[in-house]
Amino acid sequence: MTGTENMLASQADAEIMIEMSGVKKYFPLRGGFFGPTLKVRAVDGVSLTVNRGGIVGLVGESGSGKTTLARMILKLVKPTEGVIKIDGVDITKATAEQETKMRSEIAVVFQDPASNLNPRQTVESSISRPMIIHGVKKSDARAQAHDVMSMIKMDEHYLRSYPHQLSGGQLQRIAIARALVLKPKVIILDEPTSALDISVQAQVLNMLLDLQESMNLTYMIITHDLNVIRYFSDTVAVMYLGKLVEYGHTEEVTGNPRHPYTQGLMGASPILDPSLRGRTKKLLPGEPGSLINLPKGCRFFPRCDKADGRCEKREPDDVTVGPNHTVNCFLYDGRKAGD
Amino acid sequence: MLKLDRLSVEYRVRGGYLSAVKDVSLNIGEGEIFAVVGESGCGKSTIAHSIMRLLPDRNERVLGGIYFEGHDLNALNDRQMTGVRGKKIGMIFQNPLDSLNPVYRSGSQVAEAIFLDKKNRAEVWREVIEFYREMKMPDPAQSVRSFPHELSGGMRQRVMIAMMLARNPKLLIADEPTTALDVTIEAQILEIMSRLRADFNTSILLITHNFGIVAEIADRVAVMYAGEVAEQGSVFEIFQSPSHPYTELLMKALPHQSKREGRLRTIEGSVPRITSAAPGCRFCNRCPAASERCEKHAPPVKHLSSTHSYACHNR
Repeated sequence: MTGTENMLASQADAEIMIEMSGVKKYFPLRGGFFGPTLKVRAVDGVSLTVNRGGIVGLVGESGSGKTTLARMILKLVKPTEGVIKIDGVDITKATAEQETKMRSEIAVVFQDPASNLNPRQTVESSISRPMIIHGVKKSDARAQAHDVMSMIKMDEHYLRSYPHQLSGGQLQRIAIARALVLKPKVIILDEPTSALDISVQAQVLNMLLDLQESMNLTYMIITHDLNVIRYFSDTVAVMYLGKLVEYGHTEEVTGNPRHPYTQGLMGASPILDPSLRGRTKKLLPGEPGSLINLPKGCRFFPRCDKADGRCEKREPDDVTVGPNHTVNCFLYDGRKAGD
Repeated sequence: MLKLDRLSVEYRVRGGYLSAVKDVSLNIGEGEIFAVVGESGCGKSTIAHSIMRLLPDRNERVLGGIYFEGHDLNALNDRQMTGVRGKKIGMIFQNPLDSLNPVYRSGSQVAEAIFLDKKNRAEVWREVIEFYREMKMPDPAQSVRSFPHELSGGMRQRVMIAMMLARNPKLLIADEPTTALDVTIEAQILEIMSRLRADFNTSILLITHNFGIVAEIADRVAVMYAGEVAEQGSVFEIFQSPSHPYTELLMKALPHQSKREGRLRTIEGSVPRITSAAPGCRFCNRCPAASERCEKHAPPVKHLSSTHSYACHNR
């Protein structure tokens, strides 16, 4: 039994909202006239489960496959291999009817709210549009747009504004309102506060937490800001070049990281306390390699200071190192949970 | 090293001037890393650009003094200023791709900076490779021949630093140097910057919105709000005893704990528009302690120590 399966078994009693197993996404690249067709292995075998009402944080450097993973859940790209189940329904095999329902159950908030609101439409019509598409009567959609404004703590008169009249924080709240109107079960938050100032970031994060608690929403948050992850999410999934290298409770993964990559990532993240600046930091050398010519063994081994002969030859398995804590590394082979 | 004395930058509009930066005074010592932090639109980049005289030069006027090594930079003509840029004060920006020429090899762009000091070709090239090695570029002899598009974001920023370093300036102005980079690469660039200071005693003016970076490498900090310095002090004074209500609220708005330990503080309202020429404190509409006095009169600057000062009526 691999670590991931162990984890699945221990979580079976809680209600599973997102379930991914062996999910892969390869993008084909033409290798010239006679050359072989190359593949970009953006996501390469990710298994992950998120319980209802849970918040999972997805971290990793650019190119690690975080966004591709999220896009597959949203069904914006189709997985090459593997199964993604949302609330028990396999989205890759969903019927047209299930798919329409599914699309109302999964919502998304992107990084830059200004670029995904239509500049020529009022806030009201941007918010009502998803409802109208899903068959809600226009007058009801209007009424709901008014209701949702109180949920995002904005005055109703903003419904008549256009995007250019609003600040970044207000636009992001409108984007959240639009994600909420179809009463989704899952919301994907792709860098929701990266474009915002600190004071506004705090407002948006707090609002998202309040909504999550009152509506029992499931969040998947993608961000490069580990301080946000530490504050916001219940569990963390660390990705490196398309693979999940470590998964566990936020306190475990951020406080006691096991995978050498997670250790490097946590060490690199600036700490908001100048008195800790003298700490010994482990700096990761180099940069993540190319997704086309991946190393044969562990993907992290070229940058890893603990690599040995095994790492070069074959890929490590997931190892369970604690309750709900798995690491994809040879270092922890031979240890069992609770040791 | 660098002294700003009541620096104001104003833009001409119909019927008058609006100030983007107002009465900013600060001192950067030799070998010191001074961070200017603030939210977007607070004027931190405008300060950097006005020091280098890179503002568009049509509708703005710069008031107050900019003294570099005792000389008033405002008194220099454009040709003299060209001698200061690069040679005495180097600058790196957020997006290195905007500053690199896409059709020249990265190494020749660094070489160009060295050629300005008139050396022979072979010697220059050797020096470029040496700079690349110092910047920890992988395979320096090879990477000098790469074009900017072949390099990653972190590598490009290293080329920019190498280029800047080639002229060996006394002061480096870094405007959001790591904002576009991953945290692991950011940590590498920050390490290079601290080494610069240690090895060459370069002073660094760091413009950033990221308090994490400030906590990691800055010696002193100025917190800006709506064009004015709200508070300045050593990094410890700012983080451990913030005295301006804005700084204090910001510190509580930064996520540094788990949600189980309580929600983050928020700052209600938004930054006043540059066009609203209220006479009082710029922060009064969002300040929990604001009184009538705050609305009517500009706050006095109070000193807590030789380095720590803030502008507030109430404390």
